[in-house]
Amino acid sequence: MIAILRALPMGPTVTLSWRRSAHVIERNVMNYRRNWFYLVSGFFEPLFYLLAVGAGVGRLVGTVQTSGHSVSYAAFVAPGLLASAAMNGAIFDATYNFFFKLKVERTYEAMLATPLSVMDVAIGELGWTLVRGMLYAGGFLAIMAVFGDCHSYDAMLCLPAAMLITLAFAAIGLALTSYMSQWQHLGTVALAVLPLFLFSGTFYGLDAYPGWLQEVVRCSPLYQGVALLRALALGHLSALLLIHVLYLVLLILFGLFVVSRRLARVLTP
Amino acid sequence: MEPLRDEVVHASALTKTFAGTNAVDGIDLSIRRGEVFGFLGPNGAGKTSTMRMIACMSPRSSGDLLVRGLDPTFAGPEIRAGIGLVPQEDALDSEMSVFDNLVIYGRYFGLARREVRARAQVLLEFAQLADRASTKVDHLSGGMRRRLAIARSLISRPELVILDEPTTGLDPQARHLVWDRLFQLRSEGVTLIITTHYMDEAEQLCDRLVVMDRGRIVGEGTPRELIASTVPREVVELRLNPGATPALLVALKDHVERVEQLADRICCYGEDGDAILEAVIATGIHPLSSLVRRATLEDVFLALTGRQLIE
Repeated sequence: MIAILRALPMGPTVTLSWRRSAHVIERNVMNYRRNWFYLVSGFFEPLFYLLAVGAGVGRLVGTVQTSGHSVSYAAFVAPGLLASAAMNGAIFDATYNFFFKLKVERTYEAMLATPLSVMDVAIGELGWTLVRGMLYAGGFLAIMAVFGDCHSYDAMLCLPAAMLITLAFAAIGLALTSYMSQWQHLGTVALAVLPLFLFSGTFYGLDAYPGWLQEVVRCSPLYQGVALLRALALGHLSALLLIHVLYLVLLILFGLFVVSRRLARVLTP
Repeated sequence: MEPLRDEVVHASALTKTFAGTNAVDGIDLSIRRGEVFGFLGPNGAGKTSTMRMIACMSPRSSGDLLVRGLDPTFAGPEIRAGIGLVPQEDALDSEMSVFDNLVIYGRYFGLARREVRARAQVLLEFAQLADRASTKVDHLSGGMRRRLAIARSLISRPELVILDEPTTGLDPQARHLVWDRLFQLRSEGVTLIITTHYMDEAEQLCDRLVVMDRGRIVGEGTPRELIASTVPREVVELRLNPGATPALLVALKDHVERVEQLADRICCYGEDGDAILEAVIATGIHPLSSLVRRATLEDVFLALTGRQLIE
């Protein structure tokens, strides 16, 4: 992965240094020291969903069939909610927060006057989203375990998988945001995220859709994440899961490629 | 042009093109260690584009450029490690405290936390912000923000500090505080590059400067040299009744070396301003107001470009 990142066509001034990228993460940590409340608040949204939908609606639904196994609805929906939470956290950071720093605060202009490069900035922002996503996903997984929604030790693999989902949506979010010039444009993000959340197999299996629609939903990045996490949480491991992993990795690389080129164009014209 | 040993910036035929237009149009520069070098020109003259290329924040379109002896195309991070930049919009972290702004900026340069905290303390004194260390940047005045931006640019102990319009938007008192800090830096041997469209700022601060207009350098030298070589020593500014100008100009033809007609006044240039004013009174045409003064960089700019600096 590192080799691929270094091989990305970045131009001679767009060099990458992991140490320099780490300072971008450090800046965000310092910034949130004063605003820790906002950091913590992001943890509760998926938790409320788990309580309302998993425990509440789950009581009405009882058990559901997935991959030929019968599981409680709470155990079925929890990994979907974890995937959605990973997506939402990443998207919020990569759109609103990133836009604010890019266009309003001009944070990156100040950074680029130092040894930091646009690639350091892009990787650093991804890294910060990852740190934040890890806090949320780790907490959520612990609560899933307490509720008995993790059916095997394989569920521990949900954490790295959730990180992959976070990175994929962060990279795509950064790439899209780098094309936006006003706050109103960010509204379109919510328009894309909500249907992804509702219709990507988070709350029910693909068999609810007619055949052709199932294929469409399969292409959705969140579906890839939901399918991966659900299989890991329920202990249904198979080599086919690597396809989901590959899909998400490609998304990360594509997003990074776009955002590093866009940042170079926008910030260092 | 071969780079000299004590040159901090060396450029020849440096060009920056945006969408087919040359924002910077083949300029030559030689900025020496320890001097205060100014770019004087109106908005859109190409000052900021030049500055961004020197700061390695914008690739050049053509020509040669060496900063600190290195080529920005290949050594951006190394060059920037020795440069402090004060951008026009400050670009401070408004949610963070004054102290944290200095600390995190030092961290971008790879400085150790302990070291950067010690330096930040010293710089707070320098910027006269010691009592504001824990204030959120949001709550600072414009002058304080600018002083913080200057302090921040010094955290890496750069050999070259670039300031883009350092006093634009500041009131006179805040402005003098900034000038005062810049004088102190100069006395410590830091090379300063300043862009400005204020001729008094350029005259006060700069050892040497270039006058830029439409991407080109139209004049170069010390402020004194530029004035002496471009315009006569003194100026008489006259405000006249509408219609009186042509007759007066004819009558004054033999008494002045050059005349500039501006929208609201005319400027008559010559070696002896009082003598010109006497000649004006002798014509019997009474100006609404008159002012005799020494020629400034403003007049240099007018003579070189036919336009005023601030229009």
